[in-house]
Amino acid sequence: MASSATASEEAVKAAKVLMVGAGGIGCELLKTLALSGFRDIHIIDLDTIEVSNLNRQFLFRKCHVGQSKAHVARDAVLKFRPNINITSYHANVKDAQFNVEFFKQFNVVLNGLDNLDARRHVNRLCLAAEVPLVESGTTGFLGQVTVHVKGKTECYECQPKPVPKSYPVCTITSTPSKFVHCIVWAKDLLFAKLFGDKNQDNDLNVHSSESGSSKSNVFERNKDEDLDQYARRIYDHVFGYNIELALENEETWKNRRRPNPVYIRDALPEEDSRQNGSSHDCSNEQEEPSAMVSLGFRNPQEIWNLADNSRVLLKALRLFFEKREKEIGNLIFDKDDQLAVEFVTAAANIRASSFGIPLHSLFEAKGVAGNIVHAVATTNAIIAGLIVIEAIKVLQGDYKKYRMTYCLEHPSRKMLLMPVEPFEPNKSCYVCSETPLLLDVNTKTTKLREVIDKIIKGKLGMNLPLVMIGHTLVFEDGDGLEEDEAANYALNLEKVLAELPAPVINGTKLTVEDFQQELSCSINIKHREEFDEEKEPDGMVLSGWSAPVEKQVTSNGGASSSGAPDTDGNPEDISTKPGMKRKLDEILDSKENFDASSTSSAQVVDDDDDDDMVMLDEDPKLAKKKRLQ
Amino acid sequence: MGGGGGGVPEELLTAQETALYDRQIRVWGVDAQKRLSKAHVLVCGVNGATIELCKNIVLAGVGSLSLMDDHVVTEDDLNANFLIPPDESIYSGRSRAEVCCESLKDFNPMVRVSVEKGDPSLIDEEFLDKFDIIVLSRTSMKTKLFVNDNCRKSSKHIAFYAIECKGSCGEIFVDLQNHSYVQKHAGEPEPKELTYHSLQEAISVPWKNLPRKTAKLYFAMRVLENYELSQGRSACETSLSDLPAVLALRKNMCDEMSLNESQIPTALLERLVAAGKKEHPPVCAILGGILGQEVIKSISGKGDPIKNFFYFDDTDGKGVMEDIPGPSTN
Ligand SMILES: [Zn+2]
Repeated sequence: MASSATASEEAVKAAKVLMVGAGGIGCELLKTLALSGFRDIHIIDLDTIEVSNLNRQFLFRKCHVGQSKAHVARDAVLKFRPNINITSYHANVKDAQFNVEFFKQFNVVLNGLDNLDARRHVNRLCLAAEVPLVESGTTGFLGQVTVHVKGKTECYECQPKPVPKSYPVCTITSTPSKFVHCIVWAKDLLFAKLFGDKNQDNDLNVHSSESGSSKSNVFERNKDEDLDQYARRIYDHVFGYNIELALENEETWKNRRRPNPVYIRDALPEEDSRQNGSSHDCSNEQEEPSAMVSLGFRNPQEIWNLADNSRVLLKALRLFFEKREKEIGNLIFDKDDQLAVEFVTAAANIRASSFGIPLHSLFEAKGVAGNIVHAVATTNAIIAGLIVIEAIKVLQGDYKKYRMTYCLEHPSRKMLLMPVEPFEPNKSCYVCSETPLLLDVNTKTTKLREVIDKIIKGKLGMNLPLVMIGHTLVFEDGDGLEEDEAANYALNLEKVLAELPAPVINGTKLTVEDFQQELSCSINIKHREEFDEEKEPDGMVLSGWSAPVEKQVTSNGGASSSGAPDTDGNPEDISTKPGMKRKLDEILDSKENFDASSTSSAQVVDDDDDDDMVMLDEDPKLAKKKRLQ
Repeated sequence: MGGGGGGVPEELLTAQETALYDRQIRVWGVDAQKRLSKAHVLVCGVNGATIELCKNIVLAGVGSLSLMDDHVVTEDDLNANFLIPPDESIYSGRSRAEVCCESLKDFNPMVRVSVEKGDPSLIDEEFLDKFDIIVLSRTSMKTKLFVNDNCRKSSKHIAFYAIECKGSCGEIFVDLQNHSYVQKHAGEPEPKELTYHSLQEAISVPWKNLPRKTAKLYFAMRVLENYELSQGRSACETSLSDLPAVLALRKNMCDEMSLNESQIPTALLERLVAAGKKEHPPVCAILGGILGQEVIKSISGKGDPIKNFFYFDDTDGKGVMEDIPGPSTN
């Protein structure tokens, strides 16, 4: 016993570890690593510190807001452990400097990341560099830690991962039934239309464009148009006129509740008609313009009625034009932009009231619109402790003892922390095995650019891809290209597949590589002419890879749909593994308080030694999937 | 999610609180946050596990936190406590509570953190009445029983917790007396009530009455407590040389209570006695995190609390709840 303790202490002392992420989990992890005797820690984080981080990212203080998380975390930990080495990088882990060579210098990589994209990237680099990866994530009281060692356990991408849920366009534009639909409409359509890039496609006006094409610029403020008049005109157009138009389509409402058009004269009868400008003086003193503050609303948890929402909307619109006119045309919704949140809350609520959907407070609306995931310090601390325990096992190469551990809100088989044996690599994983993928595509109409954007970058998560057809290089991304090469590739991008220098037709095999990720895969092409617009909106279908599972409520698939959720990292694996883990999913569903009865699917090996652990029910199809040891 | 619902809450969180606590309010709601800000917590025994707890509840925004630990800081304290810098000129001659109090204040200016001088074995009811939550660590079983008893005598509802980290193992004990709370079941709030046993009851249950799958650490910790008591040792003052005597005591206790000795593996006892006062930092983080959640649950009255023990052992990686009945049950 004593000797094994010393062995692990020696392994820890000698180890060089890379931490990716200095946020909620990262702060806890850096502290626990330092206390546990680690002496050489490198930490990468792109982010700077925000006020809403301070409730859990305990290495940061108010005076640090705006500074690099990685640097501040390093300095804070060096204060209580000055004799260790911490190297911090205020940088994106996807930067070229963090290549396979860079990863190879570490004994283990520990992830405390907040987005799928970066996780996939680190997974690939760890596979290429053959460095073990300990991956983690938390949401509220739930969390998980998993271990990924090339050839021994499944990689991070062996199983499908959730992606933000998208909604059918018509649900958002015409038939919302939930508050989130109204939020998506307010954020991705109305807000984007009024304040965002005018050249972006936008489905806001589907109905009115049918009737009169001349009025396509209805959202533009006319020359000399009084701001108040403009705000009211927009209001009446989107909440009144557009709804009336939609109502004309009887077919739509056969089995649905008909919405009520809302006009400003009804929402705000007389009281402040035309005189809305009188109160705006006080907003001059504010640093950040706020419709709420101008109107004297203090409580973000309060649910405003239709009239108040209408006031907030008009006020917010005015304030954008009065105080932030320069930004109009370039604005992208940001959950930390108070005025934008106010606008979106009010617009979503007005639309909700029109469709008979319950209204929500600004606080709640902000959570939905900003895709804010719940986060508390305690879960991060527990997860960080579990990461260090796994890291120490990894350093000792003790792979039979590796565990994935789930942190639960409600006990399962008496357990709040539930260890599970890791799974073997998925033999058909396109990332860690060499299985080819299959792409159904119309080779006569689809441009190379679309394949690269939608499939190679969008689905396969490559950063700087290279595309080869046989031995012909048709595209390469990245710096350091000769001018004529770059020009040539740019030309290829706009060509349809069948007309590339080496034509891509039915049966062609593409080789796609990312040098940075040292990932290479083959894609077999199958020519197909017909695609279902609703079900196959990309106009092509990739198979043979683990398609992400739609999970969270976020944004629609529109141009501005937000990427990374604001979180300390979702515990994706918890709910999305097929077959074998579907049972676990039932146990772990955070929405449900499960009790003892729902835990029967987890099987504890009932023997008398100390080492009993959870075995999960297996799907018979997957019974062959062997566990370690 | 909490949310204001109808009507104006009698008291609003300030803009500062709303901004700082935004992410956690999304977990437990505004009402819970307000309750937290009115709760007073006393932590006796400052070490790696309790400092993790303190960090968590200060960040969460409890009303006040009082630290009681007059022991002067020594090098041993650096082991798992990240609030003590390894600089003798800073800590020498000062108590653990004093040194840690200052750093904890920094974590959240909205929480009052202070030092209570004194000895937990002398805590009386009147003193206890100032608090809503009492946490004991690294005190003798005698002191724990005494304080637990005083909590139960008090007319005020005081939640009692004991937490110990021994090497890579840990134990948490919870006594909420009669605890009413809201359980969300399928989205619907459902009022619940739990009745707890006192610490005295929870450690005096005849072992043969306990289910066979009871955590081995439950038994092991009782053996060690008895050993420390019989030798007049203070908490966790053991080393590997104590193992033979501890194994002898195990045999006596198992014989007396008809438990198979294999339920308390030698390897486990060996690890525990060898650890002595040492705490494994990742285990402190886990225990302090679990207890932090428990404290928040008991203050907010939301969510199922632990009843009445929690165990963690890093050799199997399981974090287990045990509901140990009182001696009269069964
Ligand atoms: Zn894989």
